[in-house]
Amino acid sequence: MRWKLIGAALIFAVATTGANAQEPIRIGEINSYKAFPSALGPYRLGWQLAVDEINASGGVLGRKIEVISRDDNGNPSDAVRVAEELVSREGISLLVGTFASHVALAVSDFARQRKVLLIAAQTFSEKVVWSQGHEYAFSVRPNTQVQTAMLAAEAIKIKAKRWAVIFPDYEFGQTAAASFKKEILAKHPDATFTDFPVPFGKADGGALVQAVTENKPDAIFSALFASDLIRLAREVAVRKAFNDMPVFNLLAGEPEYLDSLKDDVPVGWTVTGYPWNEIKTPEHERFLAMYRARYNDYPRVGSVAGYLAFHAVAEAIKKAGAADKDKVITAFEGLTVSSPFGRVTFRKVDHASTMGTFVGRLGRRDNAPAMVDWHYVDATRFLPNEAEALALRPKR
Amino acid sequence: MNFGYAISLFLNGLASASSLFLVAAGLSLIFGVSRVVNFAHGSFYMLGAYLAYSLIGYAGPSILGLALSVVAAALALGLLGGVVEVVLLRRLYAAPELFQLLATFGLSLLFSDSALLIWGPESLLAPRITGLDGSLQIFERSVPTYDLVIIVGGPVVFAGLWWMLKRTHFGMLVRAATEDREMVGVLGINHTVLFTAVFALGALLAGLGGALQIPRSPADLSLDLTTISDAFVVVVVGGLGSMPGAFLAAIIVGMARAICLGVGTLPFFSYDVPLAKLTLVVEFIVMAVVLIVKPLGLLGLPETRLRSPLRAVRAVQPLRSSTASMIAASSLTILLLLPLTGQPYLLVFATEVFLAGIFATSLYFLMGPGGMISFGHAAYFGLGAYGAALLHKSAGWSMEAAIVTAPFIAAAGGVVFGWFSVRLSGVYLAMLTLAFAQIVWSIIFQWDALTGGSNGMVGIWPSEWLTSKTSMYFLALSLCATTVLALTFVNRSPFGFMLRAVRDSALRAETLGINRIAIQWAAFVLASFFAGLAGGVFAFSKGSISADVIGVGRSIDGLVMVTLGGMQSMAAPIMGAAAFNWLQDNIMRHTEFWRGSLGIIIVLTALFYSGGALSSFSVRWPRRDAK
Repeated sequence: MRWKLIGAALIFAVATTGANAQEPIRIGEINSYKAFPSALGPYRLGWQLAVDEINASGGVLGRKIEVISRDDNGNPSDAVRVAEELVSREGISLLVGTFASHVALAVSDFARQRKVLLIAAQTFSEKVVWSQGHEYAFSVRPNTQVQTAMLAAEAIKIKAKRWAVIFPDYEFGQTAAASFKKEILAKHPDATFTDFPVPFGKADGGALVQAVTENKPDAIFSALFASDLIRLAREVAVRKAFNDMPVFNLLAGEPEYLDSLKDDVPVGWTVTGYPWNEIKTPEHERFLAMYRARYNDYPRVGSVAGYLAFHAVAEAIKKAGAADKDKVITAFEGLTVSSPFGRVTFRKVDHASTMGTFVGRLGRRDNAPAMVDWHYVDATRFLPNEAEALALRPKR
Repeated sequence: MNFGYAISLFLNGLASASSLFLVAAGLSLIFGVSRVVNFAHGSFYMLGAYLAYSLIGYAGPSILGLALSVVAAALALGLLGGVVEVVLLRRLYAAPELFQLLATFGLSLLFSDSALLIWGPESLLAPRITGLDGSLQIFERSVPTYDLVIIVGGPVVFAGLWWMLKRTHFGMLVRAATEDREMVGVLGINHTVLFTAVFALGALLAGLGGALQIPRSPADLSLDLTTISDAFVVVVVGGLGSMPGAFLAAIIVGMARAICLGVGTLPFFSYDVPLAKLTLVVEFIVMAVVLIVKPLGLLGLPETRLRSPLRAVRAVQPLRSSTASMIAASSLTILLLLPLTGQPYLLVFATEVFLAGIFATSLYFLMGPGGMISFGHAAYFGLGAYGAALLHKSAGWSMEAAIVTAPFIAAAGGVVFGWFSVRLSGVYLAMLTLAFAQIVWSIIFQWDALTGGSNGMVGIWPSEWLTSKTSMYFLALSLCATTVLALTFVNRSPFGFMLRAVRDSALRAETLGINRIAIQWAAFVLASFFAGLAGGVFAFSKGSISADVIGVGRSIDGLVMVTLGGMQSMAAPIMGAAAFNWLQDNIMRHTEFWRGSLGIIIVLTALFYSGGALSSFSVRWPRRDAK
């Protein structure tokens, strides 16, 4: 009888340790899928691809990765609630996600308060790593300031004096406009700017093109994207406006936004983006092949960011040797992972990643919108140095 | 600014006004005849645009292809409108008008998710139409040929509608029904067919508006909400049910917006007025001004009262049902024991429900006993939330002082906005509250230095004693209970009787010496006060707030909660809040199609429980005081 009991206990012990070993690492994921479907749909496909790839190769530390994904309805209060749910009910090890600046900042503040690790995978807000940065938040994509600086590096070459600055009137656009002016003034202190703020998602293309034309600038900077960019491009095409005028438009080369321009694509504009079908590096070709095989679709920038974020998480846990929060944070600091865009490092000093973007001009290829004359720009050169970064972040 | 530029801005404004007119005309027709506030009207516009996009893909981007596609899309939307009327709305005419709003709101959610399924997430713009793809030079400015086409198109449709309304038998019936629909029924006219036809025609016009815009402005998933708010504004500015009014208002709103966008900053004496900052709310500012000066819109006629047979409305009874108090006591006991379950998320969720419950109860007090429907109640919630957050973060007040002061800030907002609002009634009042809420929203959204603008405010964490989820839960629970008791008390006090007297028969009440305006104003302020109370605590329970606490979405959520609760008693809105939050929380977790699923549930609720989803279970004590 005693042996039977011991045996049962043994079996039970083995069974439960076995179960423990098999128990997946749970990762919480939050994003505004319904509010921003065009940007976040591809992002979701990207991270799902990464998770499947990681699990197919045996998971991390012998454990599978399980992602519990939630929609935050596009507002911070719901985001904070689902974050709380993921932490206290689902027992997740860390959080990944967020897109719009206000949601990212709210979730990031929640992460600081609750001491949960947040990998801000999609947001462009530099505040997550700088002015409101803290030890629990990392950011993946090149932020607005960095991307604007990359584009401005091209814009300072043309020595234009009078600029028209068009931007969607909220955090992203305002930061882009301010960063752009700062970069230009650093090289051309006598440059002048006229602002054309546009209500986000409600740009009146006709009025805008007419007002900018009337202003007769030497060159144009624009941070419009999605439907605002479509309206602008249509009016520019129909009215044959901005002829021979250099235009610099953030994000317009990202397939998320470029492809909807179709025949209206404004050839010659300098943009940041992602020429997915022309990048011939082995890392990218492998990613592209996998993505196309699985989804029968091509990746967008969001797909790459989602894919990169979850691979980075897996690498960090592997490096930490446990899904323990403090160890993972330490592992993340200075972590270098291979991505479709090449090697990317999460800096120790400010938790920003060195993921870059492509800068080039808009054109057509095979009668479809495309980026031409592009080159990859790594973020390293555009990120603040260690002392500057420390000064940007609040004192601990 | 020179003349040529002014002309080009003017033409651009006219082009936007044309399709604005079409969609508003449809909404106005429907409201005029059936008194349905059709929240799904913007969805019809959006679907019209998407459908035309697809059809042009088949028919080709020629003038003929465009014409065929536009006509086919408009007809298809007319058909869809007819189906919606027959299947859904027809069953709701007898219910309180809020249920029609609820049902059409559910439909708009369903349509939005369906459009995402069918057309995907990207913005879709039709290719340029061969023959209409260039621009003409007018005063040395390029004006797109297609803009000229729709500038002409709007007035042509207007003329057609005018002719139809004035010269045809159908038009005569529509006008008669708009003026006095019961009389039309008494005269033996077939209501049913007329209502279906008008609804279909309204949907057709919305679809036409959307389809005509597609070579100019892309179809995307946010089109439904932006359109419905524009359309409401135009209809109300023009005067409900007035076709020339809608036409005039569309031009005014279209022009006002074009000027703000085109001019940028306007030098005004020594000030630079940043007109561009006004683009977000220019239509609401126009509406507020028009309604304050002309309470019935530019060309509106006085609303005809429906001659419903005298209802035996039972007066409010003192609480005597021992069963009711037992239920209240036992549910309170259960709620007090909830923290023992040891589930932190349950407490977080319940806290949210109670705060939403306070908000919904205050809205119910305004709508039920007060008889004033508000589309902008979130303004007071938001004033409370931002007031508390700013006092705490910027002025350095303690959390306790900030939370206590928040309701007074909201009440101060209620004093100002209420003063204007209570001078109107019905839909006009509702729209004026919406206009004020949007103006407050745009100030908070754009005042970066003070409110953090689009980033919102973060780091609003509570004092030590309130950091635990249990204590926050008890605070929310006790405030919620207090709100219900306080408003119940008010409702049963002489003030409550006067308030309902004013609602049920303003004329008689005034004859008795009751000051209608003063009473309604006081009720408005009181409702704002409690909404602000919820807002103040909300800010600290979340740790961060952004401008969407003040947005239209929250106002609508409040209306949905109140309607789901069933407008039967002061505690019902809390059940509505619980049901709504629970549904949203669970559906969002289980399906990607959550918006559509929520829409279907809301539509079914409106359809089957038009007495109120939750209160219909308490048929044993039907209190009619809310009606």
